[in-house]
Amino acid sequence: MSLPAAGLSRARYGREILHAEWTKLRTRASTGWLLLAAAVLTIAVSTAADAAAACPSGGCQADPAKLSLSGVWAGQAVVAVIAVLAISGEYSTGMIRITLTAMPRRLTVLAAKAALIAGLVLAAGAAAVLASVLAGRLILSGHGFTPAHGYPPLSLGHGPVLRAACGSVLYLALIALLSFGVATAVRESAVAIGFVLGLLYLFPVVTSVISNQHWQRHLEQIGPMTAGLDIQATANLRGLPLTPWEGLGVLALWAAGALTIGALAFRFRDA
Amino acid sequence: MTTVTPYRSTARDARDGFGQLLHAEWTKFRTVRGWVIGMILAVLITAGLGVFVAKTTLPSCSAQTSGGQHGPVQHGAACGQPFYPLGPGGEQVRDEFYFVRQPLAGNGSITVRVTSLAPQSQSVRAPWSKAGIIIKDGTGQGSAYAAMMATGGHGVRMQWNYTGDTPGLPGAVSAASPRWLRLTRDGDTITGYDSADGAHWAQVGTVALAGLPSTVQAGLFVTSPDYATYSSSLGSGSESGGPTESTAVFDHVSRTGTWPARAWTGDYAGAGGPTAMGVSGPNPPGYHQAAGRFTVTGSGDIAPLIAGPLNDGPAITVRDFLLGTFAGLIAVAVVATMFMTAEYRRGLIRTTLAASPNRGRVLAAKAIVIGSAAFVAGLAAAAGVVLIATDIARRSGTSVFPEPWPTELRIIAGTAALIAVAAIFTLAIATMVRRSATAILIVIVTLVIPDVLSAPPGIPTGVTDWLLRITPAAAFAVQQPAPQYYQVQANYVPSSGYYPLAPWTGFAVLCAWTALALVLAAYLLRRRDA
Repeated sequence: MSLPAAGLSRARYGREILHAEWTKLRTRASTGWLLLAAAVLTIAVSTAADAAAACPSGGCQADPAKLSLSGVWAGQAVVAVIAVLAISGEYSTGMIRITLTAMPRRLTVLAAKAALIAGLVLAAGAAAVLASVLAGRLILSGHGFTPAHGYPPLSLGHGPVLRAACGSVLYLALIALLSFGVATAVRESAVAIGFVLGLLYLFPVVTSVISNQHWQRHLEQIGPMTAGLDIQATANLRGLPLTPWEGLGVLALWAAGALTIGALAFRFRDA
Repeated sequence: MTTVTPYRSTARDARDGFGQLLHAEWTKFRTVRGWVIGMILAVLITAGLGVFVAKTTLPSCSAQTSGGQHGPVQHGAACGQPFYPLGPGGEQVRDEFYFVRQPLAGNGSITVRVTSLAPQSQSVRAPWSKAGIIIKDGTGQGSAYAAMMATGGHGVRMQWNYTGDTPGLPGAVSAASPRWLRLTRDGDTITGYDSADGAHWAQVGTVALAGLPSTVQAGLFVTSPDYATYSSSLGSGSESGGPTESTAVFDHVSRTGTWPARAWTGDYAGAGGPTAMGVSGPNPPGYHQAAGRFTVTGSGDIAPLIAGPLNDGPAITVRDFLLGTFAGLIAVAVVATMFMTAEYRRGLIRTTLAASPNRGRVLAAKAIVIGSAAFVAGLAAAAGVVLIATDIARRSGTSVFPEPWPTELRIIAGTAALIAVAAIFTLAIATMVRRSATAILIVIVTLVIPDVLSAPPGIPTGVTDWLLRITPAAAFAVQQPAPQYYQVQANYVPSSGYYPLAPWTGFAVLCAWTALALVLAAYLLRRRDA
């Protein structure tokens, strides 16, 4: 590993760091397994939701795109773990001290890690979402979601469906960045995972119970999961508390906030 | 000769008893600040969310409304709900039906033949429409009764005091296969009989209605419950439903005993009167008597109310105040994970096992310590939430589904036990996998997510039902606020608080998983190098 003092250009230095982090991530056995688990869980839950859905007659108000992407609800838990492990694994083994000795520019190291995690999750997420949409297309038509009931077959050529699919991939990447930021701040993997998953699932659970619609709407607007998943809606958009992209924007703000706090802690704290 | 006695220390041997082991593990738990804070946090999150839910639920109109529709059609609109009376067992009930009655003084009996029972609208199925005879403690709402009835799709039944139900002759009623029904009163005891031909009678059931006055109201009744269908997909559900109305034909009405009134009185028993039913059929609710034939049309139901936002009862139950359980559970699981994984991370496990070489006992001591701590935290959280949140909601006028005290006790103790066993389950998983991240992920995915998925009404219930049967999350059934009634058709879905398994059966599923995990953990702890 080269130090900046060795006369490397800034861009070259960045690439070196990226390469080092990629090697660390790539050679840890759990990364591959967890990415696979995230994709499989997403596809499995989506398929199960498709298989359990029914639209016996027209006007059943279901949103087939959202339904076929519902596995994201479960898959994001594994995505959060992948992102948390990328940083807390270094703390639990003491590797972080070697990393920072070799690469003292802490923020560059953090950025390289975040970029790699986001890239990996984008790739796994794209595969999972594609498979989920395909499963939805194949299964839902057998459960009453037929053109006769007002549901053409799911197709990525359809604008809103494409937006829902791409948005779901981005959603998973943003969840990864949010988790990464939290994990950088708290360092302990169990605490980070508990915090992130608690935060994600808290808002949908609370809004499902309270009957005060004013509060309900506000909570749906600020919750990282409730707002972020607005991106999956392809029907009844006027009933949403936010437009789909605004919703994803709220999640992006959460991710940016978590990354900022994590970066500040990482920069100014002893490793 | 002198005898030399070897030196023996007078200090007693240190014993490695189980008590010392427990004490050591308790000291480890108590002296890590983060873990104690985590447990306190679990209580505060659970209680705080409960108070938040209680504060943000809309108060329902306390006044009795009339003229508005009720039932599942007005999803979430608490203010449209009429006032519902309490039954003899303390549960909220619907007591609405068309009643053709006479007073019966002292002992006696009434016998009728039912020749037809059909809903007014052909498109509506009403499997629990009821037509038959009833003996009732006056016309007061929620008063005690016993009744024999033919139903739309469940044969002859004897029902009493809203929750009691026992089957009689199967099959639908028609002119070709009529049903004969008889009720006899002897003191507080009412016995129901049925017959297919009026000659051969079979006893269906006998019930004691405590405190029945000497003069009771008895006669014919017809009622027909609301129908509701709910189809769900992620994030959106659609409901359709409304009141139904059924008409039945009776003849061969015969009575024994003292019936002081001269003629039959027909009226609508119910909170809002017939207009509240919002039904417009070809025949308005009422009855017509000609040549010994009674044609009676009625709507409503004589049944317990079913809780939950998709049903006709109050949408808010004690379980809703406990929704923070999942968040508290995550906090407890994080602590329980680290209670084990920190030993490996710091290398302390080698010291622990050197001091106490019996590894199974170490695991048992850890399980007892973390389980007890979690139980105390869970009990504090659950009892606090149920008492405080219920009080807040009641004071703001929100109608909360009333719970008999044994149910409330079961929910509180069950929640504490759920959290305690979940902590032990987490400890066992953490012992097996040794790594915090993997352990917490396994616990959250198997124990928390299935329950979380069931919270919003929208995930297809087939999936959540299946998950809530086989995963450790089945234990959330201990929070079920009210029983399911076979004889009441309703949306018995997890989002309304109805779990696919009975409360303690669901809890047993978690216990079984925990036992399995503990056995595996003990085996691995013994076989592997620390």
